[in-house]
Amino acid sequence: MTLWLATGCVLVAAGLVALLLHPSLMRKLLGFNVMGGGVFLVLLAVAPRAAGGSADPVAQALLLTGIVIAVAATALGLLLARRYRAATGRSELPDDEAAGTDD
Amino acid sequence: MTESSLLPLGALVSSLAAGVVIFFLGEASVRLRTALNLAGAFVKLGIVGRMLWGVFHGATYELRLPLLPDNDLLLRADTLAMLFVSLSAGLWLLTTIYAIAYLEGAPHRSRFFGFFSLCVTATVGIALAGNLLSFFVFYELLTLSTYPLVVHRGTPKALAAGGRYLAYTFSGGAALLAGIVWLQSLVGPVEFTHGGVASIVPAAKRWLLVPIFALLVAGLGVKAALVPLHGWLPQAMVAPAPVSALLHAVAVVKAGAFGIVRIVYDVYGIEFAQDLALLAPLAVAASLTIVYGSLRALAQDDLKRRLAYSTVSQVSYIVLGVALFGPVGSIGGLVHLVHQGIMKITLFFCAGNYAETLGMHRVSAMNGVGRRMPWTTAAFTIGVLGMIGIPPVAGFVSKWYLGLGALAAGMPWVLAVLLISSLLNAAYFLPILRTAWFDPPPSHWPEEHLASRGVWETHPWLLIPTLAAGASALVFGLAAGIGLSPLEWARLIVAREYLR
Amino acid sequence: MTELLPLAVLLPLGLGVTAFVVPERGARALAAPGWLAVTALVAALAQRAPWPQRYALGQWPAPLGIALHADALAVALLVLACAVYAAVLAFATAYFARGARDAALFWPLAWLLWAALNAAVLSADFFNLYVALELLTFAAVGLAALSGRPAALAAALRYLLAALVGSNVFLLAVALAYGATGVLALEALAIRLQDAPYAALAIALAVAALALKTALVPLHFWLPPAHGGASTPVSALLSALVIKASFVIVLRLWLLAAPRLDLAALGQALAVLGAAAIVWGSVQALLQRKLKMLVAYSTVAQIGYLFVPFAWLAPGHPAAALALEASVLQLLAHGVAKAAMFLAAGTLVLAAGRDDLGALRGAAARAPMAIFAFGLAGASLIGVPPTAGFAAKWQLLQAAATSGQWAWVAVLLAGGLLAAGYVFRVLKLAFLPAAEATAVPPVTSTLSLVALLLALVATAGGLFTVPLLDALRIGTLAWRGP
Repeated sequence: MTLWLATGCVLVAAGLVALLLHPSLMRKLLGFNVMGGGVFLVLLAVAPRAAGGSADPVAQALLLTGIVIAVAATALGLLLARRYRAATGRSELPDDEAAGTDD
Repeated sequence: MTESSLLPLGALVSSLAAGVVIFFLGEASVRLRTALNLAGAFVKLGIVGRMLWGVFHGATYELRLPLLPDNDLLLRADTLAMLFVSLSAGLWLLTTIYAIAYLEGAPHRSRFFGFFSLCVTATVGIALAGNLLSFFVFYELLTLSTYPLVVHRGTPKALAAGGRYLAYTFSGGAALLAGIVWLQSLVGPVEFTHGGVASIVPAAKRWLLVPIFALLVAGLGVKAALVPLHGWLPQAMVAPAPVSALLHAVAVVKAGAFGIVRIVYDVYGIEFAQDLALLAPLAVAASLTIVYGSLRALAQDDLKRRLAYSTVSQVSYIVLGVALFGPVGSIGGLVHLVHQGIMKITLFFCAGNYAETLGMHRVSAMNGVGRRMPWTTAAFTIGVLGMIGIPPVAGFVSKWYLGLGALAAGMPWVLAVLLISSLLNAAYFLPILRTAWFDPPPSHWPEEHLASRGVWETHPWLLIPTLAAGASALVFGLAAGIGLSPLEWARLIVAREYLR
Repeated sequence: MTELLPLAVLLPLGLGVTAFVVPERGARALAAPGWLAVTALVAALAQRAPWPQRYALGQWPAPLGIALHADALAVALLVLACAVYAAVLAFATAYFARGARDAALFWPLAWLLWAALNAAVLSADFFNLYVALELLTFAAVGLAALSGRPAALAAALRYLLAALVGSNVFLLAVALAYGATGVLALEALAIRLQDAPYAALAIALAVAALALKTALVPLHFWLPPAHGGASTPVSALLSALVIKASFVIVLRLWLLAAPRLDLAALGQALAVLGAAAIVWGSVQALLQRKLKMLVAYSTVAQIGYLFVPFAWLAPGHPAAALALEASVLQLLAHGVAKAAMFLAAGTLVLAAGRDDLGALRGAAARAPMAIFAFGLAGASLIGVPPTAGFAAKWQLLQAAATSGQWAWVAVLLAGGLLAAGYVFRVLKLAFLPAAEATAVPPVTSTLSLVALLLALVATAGGLFTVPLLDALRIGTLAWRGP
């Protein structure tokens, strides 16, 4: 259990760092997924055990929902990234944050 | 809703409704706009007259609406309120007539008169406010509704003046709000009551009332043009003459002074303020403003700017009167609220007439104007005599009472201030009279816009309000002790305030 | 009739799906009847006394089942959503050209956003909150990317990534909370928090994640490009409603957790960050050269006002009730005022043809209604009486004064002055004569009117503070237990 917890924490940290620091959009999305995986591990690690030693059903339900959401989020992110690349030819976000488009 | 609560509401709504409708009128609907303006002004004057009569006979008019938890919106017509609101209603009518003629053919008139009406609505609200929160609400609304009037012409100078105006007045508003919040944290929601509510603060915390007073007076002092918070006023002269007339005779500056009167009489109570030794510093601040304003006025060549500094100086007479402990000084200050309004509006109307008819803005160019525009210059003369304090114009009455009040309050140095101020007023006003009447006119005027037509030296609607205001200044001085003159009303206020 | 509760989510959801399937004309026609239906539903919900009302989905009771929970806070946001959506839907009908691709995507996403909003405020289950927040994020990101321009796409991507970080941290908080207490239903969770080993960590993580989603300084970096660069109706929805939903969740967690955990330090930290937001956001707004970016930074500043009350939101604190009222009032006031401001700003940009502040010269003559709407909305943001914004500011000032903490008073007053600075920066330009003559497109008068009406609601709202607070029965949010 502690192994899972530790691994989960490491994955969360790694994913977060990747998301924050890597300029490439793909890497950021991958970082998000790694972070998500770490959170799922933590969830499994801390969830109370059901009677009989089997895994907690609620935790499983949460986890499945979480995976679905992560998939959807990744899909949305990839779609946007693809559109962005088609529009600008870049796969990294610009540093300058001023948007200011005309309406 | 009984009649007693409908009347204060009506006083507000008469100009509010007119203003809202006027916003939507096209530029070309001159007749409709004029009709609405005048209708609103007359209705308001009627309602105010009715309330004046009622209050004289002891009736109370009150309107209370819940606004915030524990803090109602309260409009109450007491004697002090009636003093200010009558001045506002009467002068609004005159200024409306004047403005209609002054802005003939000018752009954006619907916008102007819309905000003009809102401005008067806010002023009436300030006059009738029955508690600190209601006062603050209308005080800030006054700021917002006067800004578009100051920047009306859209020139860079106008916008700079407007920006400065906002910087000063919003900062003043913040100081006022801070003072209100602080005071109400000590005594709860503050309604204006004779004798004030501040005395319920326990003795251990009384020292806090001093910085609170400073905050409140500073916040109000911005609008009342107390030195050194007066910086916005001379710049704001870039606005059209009706705006300068309204701002300086009725709305903004008087609102600040009126607020200080309310604070001293109905929040702190005059005796309590004296106990806290707040009155003497207030008198000193007022005196400094009186002298400083007059000194700066000497140096101005632009007529409106000279009048602006004169306003800075003269409005502090009201504050001075309030700071003189004793009924006589108070009468002087209160009656000057009305007298200064009438006299100053006369002077500004004259300045507007000169500018609009002859393109004349500078004092140095006023030689011989008395020959070309005798009626206007006659009114100007009356106004000037009143400012200096020469009988029988109304200004003399106020100065007389202030002088007596100073002696009664044991502050004889104030007499020196009054004397110096009168001398300075003479110094910067009498030469104008001399050039206007006795110097030969120039061969041609800078820009003659309106030629004389027979007996009308300028547009009739520009002349009539000027003459009406000048005549009132004379009448209020001559008939000071009669009937419902401002002096009698001021005496009534003090009688009900001091001798309960 | 607590069965109405799930309908509050299902109805907009159904409308969104329908709007996706039918052609754009049909979706556009759906706007008015759809809004009426949802508003009628919310009105019916708001009538039911007493609060809170509870409903268990599928009749499975908590802690296993998912419960929906309508209390004063939820109803406040539901009503706000109805008001803002009325204006935004009306605006969008006139704004989007018929049959445009933007419009075809706007309608379904707008309904889905509403469904997600309602789900977020009605959820009484910790994990359900996570799901609702995700739905909200997806709809909001989709809306932000609507116009398809590169800048909008970049902003949407940044928004998505920031929101995803927040989501994961929130999920981590849910995991820890579940591990510590064994339940997910919020009320049951609260009871068990006291003895839970890492309960404080879970709450802190959840609050941090929600602060990121609400764009509290210094986690606000994603907001200005996203809100400032989106289409106008979208900006209004994002600034007025989306960030309020995550804030409502913070408030709800706080109200449940604060009696049992010592959150004083966290509260002070949030309040200090709020003060920093007020100053930083206002200063940045003063420096902007584009109108919608100015309004977006104004949102950053106003979010600070939402968080300042946390300095006094502790059970037993004398100013706690005032602070709570202030939060709710600011929520409502800013929602309405900011939506009005964005709609007015969008109208002005449309009339001028560009977003540059310089294009606003002469707008007072060209688009007087829009400028007036902008001014009125600005008055509420500055906190001029009698606007709704003033009512919120007043309660905040009272709370600060009651606690004797005058530094907050100074911050609040300074915030008002700074807001006056950037609002009048815009108004001042409007009074200047126009640089060149521009023709105003005819559709702008409808747009201005909608903005003006919403701004009037914000302006007059302060007059209805007392009945509003009574109707919402904020007192029912009082602390339960020791």
